[in-house]
Amino acid sequence: MASLAELCIAAAAEAFRGNGEVVATGVGPIPRLAAGLAKSTHSPELLMTDGEAYLVESPVPLGPRAYDARDAAGHLPFSRFFDSAVWTGRRHAMVTPTQIDRFGQINLSYLGGSHAQPKTQMLGVRGFPGNSIYHPNSFFFPAHSPRTFVPGEVDMVSGVGYNPAKRIVGGNYSGVDLRLVITNLCVMDFGGPDHAMRVISLHPAVDFATVQAATGFALIDAVTGETPLPDAEQLAIIAALDPHQIRATIFKDNPPARAAA
Amino acid sequence: MSTPTRPDKRMDARAIVAQLRDGMTIGIGGWGPRRKPMALVREILRSPLKDLTIVAYGGADVGMLCAAGKVRKLIFAFVSLDAIPLEPWFRKAREGGTIDVLELDEGMLQWGLKAAAFGLPFLPTRVGLGTDLAALGGLETVTSPYADGEVLIAMPALKLDAALLHVNKCDWRGNAQFFGADFYYDEWFAKAADKCFVSCEQLVERIEDGAAGIGAAHANIIERCFVSGITHIPCGAHPSSMPPLHGPDMRAFKAYADAAKDPGDWTMVAEQFVGTDEAAYLQSLGGKEAVMQIPLAIY
Repeated sequence: MASLAELCIAAAAEAFRGNGEVVATGVGPIPRLAAGLAKSTHSPELLMTDGEAYLVESPVPLGPRAYDARDAAGHLPFSRFFDSAVWTGRRHAMVTPTQIDRFGQINLSYLGGSHAQPKTQMLGVRGFPGNSIYHPNSFFFPAHSPRTFVPGEVDMVSGVGYNPAKRIVGGNYSGVDLRLVITNLCVMDFGGPDHAMRVISLHPAVDFATVQAATGFALIDAVTGETPLPDAEQLAIIAALDPHQIRATIFKDNPPARAAA
Repeated sequence: MSTPTRPDKRMDARAIVAQLRDGMTIGIGGWGPRRKPMALVREILRSPLKDLTIVAYGGADVGMLCAAGKVRKLIFAFVSLDAIPLEPWFRKAREGGTIDVLELDEGMLQWGLKAAAFGLPFLPTRVGLGTDLAALGGLETVTSPYADGEVLIAMPALKLDAALLHVNKCDWRGNAQFFGADFYYDEWFAKAADKCFVSCEQLVERIEDGAAGIGAAHANIIERCFVSGITHIPCGAHPSSMPPLHGPDMRAFKAYADAAKDPGDWTMVAEQFVGTDEAAYLQSLGGKEAVMQIPLAIY
């Protein structure tokens, strides 16, 4: 029986389907396993790093392993990342920001207070401003709630969304391309009018009202069915990419994808 | 006929810090908890230097300098210790409102260093458009003079008075070699700076000698004309990583992070994390042998 984590991994892997020869970057266990699963199954053309500086053709497993336990097919250090991947648009990243709003604007920098004196300082904007204006991005949120899917706008816009009020006239926003949002409840996209967020599949036993109640802004119901469970082949690949079962620590008590009746 | 001066760039860490002045803008190489010139940072922490503007892909270098009240302004895209994602002393400084900041995207930061390296006032970029960065940082736009008329952010040059780097190997001329998997943006810190000071794990007479041969020349990512001074400080990256020699000292980072909560007073713990000098600091860790045993990080 697949776990909810494994369901999310399989759903998130769909974000990388048919992307072509781009660097698939999954930050965090679920996105990283999703990118690895995509490359190992439907999208072998994806490029991928070992998480440090080398391109690998075999996705590197999560967790403790020997430092040299990867075959480097190429070199893509941070020092070349903007030149080769980000600023050429040859990348699709899946990340977990602290907040996201109805425009797809994301925040990883700070919460509350002011920029001069934040109530809670987080990482800083990192590469989000560049990622979001140059290449496709998808998101994974392990705890779907109005604290994450915030009403109004995020506290600091660290990544570009579809908010017309934020767009300096004359800028080129053609690279802004938000794809999938995978959460513990559902899968969403930005396919509504003016890129509004839509629910496109619900995880087993979740209904739209539950998702809407956990979201700080109005969602569009475009549900076409239940989020598919991973099949045996996918589960075997996920298990091989996560030998230390880190995926079992993502959700409290590691629930199954479909609760027992 | 006079004998030509031997262009010997060796100096000790104290002499390097003696060339720095209050109010200077200082760039620090490395990335997060990876290959940071921590011995040179500790030497700054032992000095009376103050009011610094620090430019960095930040880790404990930034956290310590903030905690010690050395920083007037920080130019950053993130500050993190990887496995400890949020740098605790940096957070205290931010949440206390004690430092000015210019927050940038990671790519903008290296772009600003490149502008400085080439003597340009700015370089154009799309990055920052559609976010709060431009408004918060006072970044202006520039319009393409060509038919496209595109409006871009003018990323200002991040001109550095000095840059600090820690590398694997140097000779006395300032030829430097980097053996880790990544060079990060060290090249651009060096070129953006009026003076670049480099500490190294290994100091040799002639870098061109040795079994590594011609291949090692590829590890020379900064021509020595960009190096003003070099100093030999084995374990000079600790507690950050020094690939391929050793990884980040997560036990030391944990103690450092815990100290931010209890007692939370830098003056009470500075001696533990800075030491009276490098010899005492290294001895407190169990010596070079102990540092070289720290396993490389798995990402």
